[in-house]
Amino acid sequence: MSLWEYANPQKFMQLSRWVLPFVAAASVLCLVIGLAWGFFWTPDDYKQGSTVKIFYLHVPAAMMAINAWVMMLVTSLVWLIRRHHVSALAAKAAAPVGLTFTLIALATGALWGQPMWGTWWAWDPRLTSFLILALFYLGYIALWQAVDDPDTAADLTSVLCIVGSVFALLSRYAVNFWNQGLHQGASLSLDKKENVADVFWYPALVCIAGFVLLFISLVLLRTRTEIRSRRLGALLARERMG
Amino acid sequence: MIALLVRDMRLAMRAGGGFGLGLAFFLLVAVLVPLGVGPNSALLAKIAPGILWVGALLACLLSLDRLFALDFEDGSLDLLVTAPIPLEGAVAIKALAHWLVTGLPLTLIAPVLGVLLNLPEAGYFWLVVSLALGTPALSVIGAFGAALTVGLKRGGLLLSLLVLPLYVPTLIFGAEVVKRGADGMATATPLALLAAITAGVAALLPFASAAAIRINLR
Repeated sequence: MSLWEYANPQKFMQLSRWVLPFVAAASVLCLVIGLAWGFFWTPDDYKQGSTVKIFYLHVPAAMMAINAWVMMLVTSLVWLIRRHHVSALAAKAAAPVGLTFTLIALATGALWGQPMWGTWWAWDPRLTSFLILALFYLGYIALWQAVDDPDTAADLTSVLCIVGSVFALLSRYAVNFWNQGLHQGASLSLDKKENVADVFWYPALVCIAGFVLLFISLVLLRTRTEIRSRRLGALLARERMG
Repeated sequence: MIALLVRDMRLAMRAGGGFGLGLAFFLLVAVLVPLGVGPNSALLAKIAPGILWVGALLACLLSLDRLFALDFEDGSLDLLVTAPIPLEGAVAIKALAHWLVTGLPLTLIAPVLGVLLNLPEAGYFWLVVSLALGTPALSVIGAFGAALTVGLKRGGLLLSLLVLPLYVPTLIFGAEVVKRGADGMATATPLALLAAITAGVAALLPFASAAAIRINLR
């Protein structure tokens, strides 16, 4: 029994049919608890007032926007090396989800920035690199849409994903060089958590867990749809032949 | 390989090759921007480095979709793939040919357009140096985008969408060199980073481009 068994679409469909409801329910539970806890049962920040509460959406969305790309990179590599179709379809399924998370992070950031920084948008390194990340997602999705043959599309988008990852990293450091930051540094990290008081930290953790589970369930759902549409295409092709 | 270089350059220079198109576009950008933002010379001097770099970048983008598409249509790309020279080398040579007919002329004409945009005197040298160092990267990255979209019917717009985000680091460092040069500041750091990007993409991206072409011709 190894992980690669689930590269078989049949096995993947069986497992995901069973897992998906639990992951989806857990994600809804975490999001409801985390967001309600964050919005209603945490005190206002002494300087930022209630605007600080948007971070229960902003931070998890931003984290998952980056992690979704990393996941796409891994599945693209798996597709190129081991030619498992489920892997390529998972990357295809993750891209629109990642783009949505990127846009959520940008939009919530703008909503917070307007009262706090006095502007909807600033050419700050972090904001700029997120905008560039959104462009990378757009290009990746557009390439999937443009190529007709599914295997060619999977190959080309995988190559783009790998090259794009390198350039996304390069851009991240380039914009750092180009402008000084307005955005605060990372407040959350695994090794030290003194930056955030516990009252804010626990609901934030629940929200992050909710977003991770939401991402997993959306990707599972979309991958299942892709597999089904691939099967449907095969059936239709057989119909035409016979 | 030299024969390929000569052939590509000859094809690009002949009528219908679009040789002058990029230059004319670059000129138009340099004319239109002052018309748009007004003739205030202090303002123009301030934005000249960025405008010139963006203009060069867009002019470079114009001719990219012809890089492999024409060869794909008449079948010579298939010959290149099966030719005894490695496809990676052929891709690099084609990118070099693209640079020689677009990037190099853009570099040479840029100081003239700098006059139109009231670029400070100290900036001219750095403008030429940064474009000479940076535009090869634009051609190589563009060749990658062209390789990804070679089989597509409406590849042009998609090509821009794919390539422009990849141009971000080159643009930032290139424009930064000119900006610092024009302000009389030290330019060594962005110049070294720009050179590093050009060297890095020239060494590595032809492999990705060749892989994309092989996938597209499969």
